[in-house]
Amino acid sequence: MTALLPRRGLAQIFALIVILMVDRAVSPQFFDLRLQDGRLFGSMIDVLNRGTPVALLSLGMVLVIATRGIDLSVGAVMAISGAIAASLADSHGLPVVLAAALGAGLVCGLWNGFLVSILGMQPIVATLILMVAGRGIAQLITEGRIVTFTSPDLVWLGNGAILGVPVPVAIALGMLILTGAVVRGSALGLLIEATGGNARASELAGVGTRAMILAVYVWCGVCAALAGVIAAADIMGADANNAGLWLELDAILAVVIGGTSLFGGRFSLLLAVLGALIIQTMNTGILLSGYPPEFNLLVKAVVVLAVLLLQSPKLTGMAGIVARIRGTKA
Amino acid sequence: METSPDSAPCLLEVRGISKSFGAVRALQDVDFTLRAGEIHALLGENGAGKSTLIKVVTGVFPRDAGIVRLGGAEVAPRSSKAALEAGIATVYQEVNLLPNLSVAQNLFLDRQPMRFGIVREGEMRRRAKALLAEFGLDIDVAAPLGSYSVAIQHVTAIARAVDLSARVLILDEPTASLDRHEVEILFKIMRQLAGRGIGIVFVSHFLDQVYEISDRITVLRNGRLVGERETASLPRLELIRMMLGRELAETTSARAPASEQQVREICASFEGYGKSGYVAPFNLELRHGEVVGLAGLLGSGRTETARLVFGAERSDQGQAKVEGAPVRLQTPRDGVRHGFGYCPEERKTEGIVAELTVRENIVLALQAKRGLYLPLSRREQDEIAARFVKLLDIRPPDPERPVGLLSGGNQQKVLLARWLATSPRLLVLDEPTRGIDVGAHAEIIRLIRELCEDGLALLVISSELDEIVTYSDRVVVLRDRAHVEELQGEAIDVSNILAAIAADNSAVAQEGRP
Repeated sequence: MTALLPRRGLAQIFALIVILMVDRAVSPQFFDLRLQDGRLFGSMIDVLNRGTPVALLSLGMVLVIATRGIDLSVGAVMAISGAIAASLADSHGLPVVLAAALGAGLVCGLWNGFLVSILGMQPIVATLILMVAGRGIAQLITEGRIVTFTSPDLVWLGNGAILGVPVPVAIALGMLILTGAVVRGSALGLLIEATGGNARASELAGVGTRAMILAVYVWCGVCAALAGVIAAADIMGADANNAGLWLELDAILAVVIGGTSLFGGRFSLLLAVLGALIIQTMNTGILLSGYPPEFNLLVKAVVVLAVLLLQSPKLTGMAGIVARIRGTKA
Repeated sequence: METSPDSAPCLLEVRGISKSFGAVRALQDVDFTLRAGEIHALLGENGAGKSTLIKVVTGVFPRDAGIVRLGGAEVAPRSSKAALEAGIATVYQEVNLLPNLSVAQNLFLDRQPMRFGIVREGEMRRRAKALLAEFGLDIDVAAPLGSYSVAIQHVTAIARAVDLSARVLILDEPTASLDRHEVEILFKIMRQLAGRGIGIVFVSHFLDQVYEISDRITVLRNGRLVGERETASLPRLELIRMMLGRELAETTSARAPASEQQVREICASFEGYGKSGYVAPFNLELRHGEVVGLAGLLGSGRTETARLVFGAERSDQGQAKVEGAPVRLQTPRDGVRHGFGYCPEERKTEGIVAELTVRENIVLALQAKRGLYLPLSRREQDEIAARFVKLLDIRPPDPERPVGLLSGGNQQKVLLARWLATSPRLLVLDEPTRGIDVGAHAEIIRLIRELCEDGLALLVISSELDEIVTYSDRVVVLRDRAHVEELQGEAIDVSNILAAIAADNSAVAQEGRP
């Protein structure tokens, strides 16, 4: 795995550098950083900060996709956890707020995992249920209003800084390290890749595929809930209609850009998060360039196509043939 | 039933058909002759080339060589639709109609009676009703096809084919999912159609049914024609010998003499073990240092027995014991926990994880056994992989190569390594030498013997009878999803196994033949 990383990550790193260069060209101050009130500011920090929700989502999503599943409900789960956090923020302490919000994410994940793993439903259909119902649940919690709060603790989660680093970025980093430690430190990574690669074979080899599939949906729910809390903390309120809207698609995109196949199997946490950063770097760049944000979607499509082409075995195979022909000529 | 004489006009003539998929020669110079009004059984074990022959004749696959004549005129359909238009209809085991449409719509799909561009539903139903009445079916033709039994779906598919003026009807395993009564209905219809001069090709692995319905039998083996016989004059033993391809003279019993065989400790035992509708209850004792072979025809319950023993399938009766202690064996995890290993016949879909490396595939079962929290370090994984790559001579000797890129024989070795790495007490091998080249074939057999000498208990399934005879200490023979005979020591030879497989429950076989 570690030996494979550099080669596997080349396309993504290359794409990120190109986009960063373009961003630098349209906005000369792009790489500028300044420290103010103990917190770093600058476009780069913005990218990291704004990219946090999708990065968190992609951490859960990449594991789900590695088992050959998909979770369409993460945007709705964000709305639920954001609504819960906002409703409780001014009456309860941060630990209670976090426990309630993340607990809700865990329950949502259990529900998805139950449908997929125990009942054997197709993941796309199973999670579509919560994608639709979840936003309704969030609206019920907020009673259809935008719930605002002033709790300084929760606001700090979205806007504070630790040693200059914005708290959301620190949390995302922490989650990446935690997930990586659990997945690659235990045998989970191998068993997930085996399950995604060939579930029947893995089961016959004694792998507890059901429990594993349940677990990845639960983790995906928790990650989504955390993203929801951060998104709510960022705007100091919860908007059940718009929180996390369409972000499930960005998360799936991030995972795909990160080189994990939708057919399951091999996955990389780091590259999925890199995928999320690529998406956010593009978004920020377009905003800075002054082009209307409508271009965002088109540009995104072009970049995704480019990254996927760079990863395509056929294309690299062709490049290899070209290189060999040149080699024989020389 | 009228038996068509040899003089009956030749309807479908297949001459010198060859077909290769890459390096694999699926059909070599195969002839096949179907006469008008006869029911002709096409037989052979898995991989004999039956399906390929059907698909080549009906244009699903292009052929490499050979000709097909229908009623004397050469035909070369490019698709199954073109074959149907030429008069060759195929009904597959999985009925290829549309279950969500009505029976009538299925019957007249693509040729609905129209008036002013509108389908005349009433007319279509009336005609559908009349058509099915010819087949003795009186059902609501407006109901979705999927709401009826598989038998009725088959009859509908046959009715559609016949109504499309088919002269040749190919039925591929039509009875596999039918009960006895439904089979009777189907056979009645088949006889009726044959009486109208339609030639029927009947593919089945139920020999009783073949003897009941067919006039003539063609046997394929390893992509070659073995022979064509009249059913009435072909003894069952002879037929099985044609299918399994063993001449009695060739066989030798290679087992150690009886004096060397000491009483061995029982590793696992099964009493009254079985699952209703899957395999009849059986008693089986597996001993350390002993190979038990499972012999029988395709569909006789060999794989089913193996899956029950390993725990890949839940039993619903009987008791399993490991080293004398009663155990629960309901999931593969149970099997692995008790030190069992299972190499399934379907290597690609149930064995290897193609995109993972040789190393990862080898450590998979051991890691699953140890659990999540005791991960094998990369160094341990490398050691295990290197050890087995060397021990089993896996080629190329690169543990980091995705296993999907290896040859079949080497994939099989990787699967063996996967289980050997768990230090099992019992290994269940389902067709361990299928689809493997000759060199690797011998190596796998040598390995089976060595493992056995190391004290492992082995349960091995193989269609290659002389192979089973070579390494088995005991042979269990299966027929019709039941264990029917157990052979030991001197009694193990190919002719005894063949006799046990062929032993005729003649009551059933003769029942349908007037």
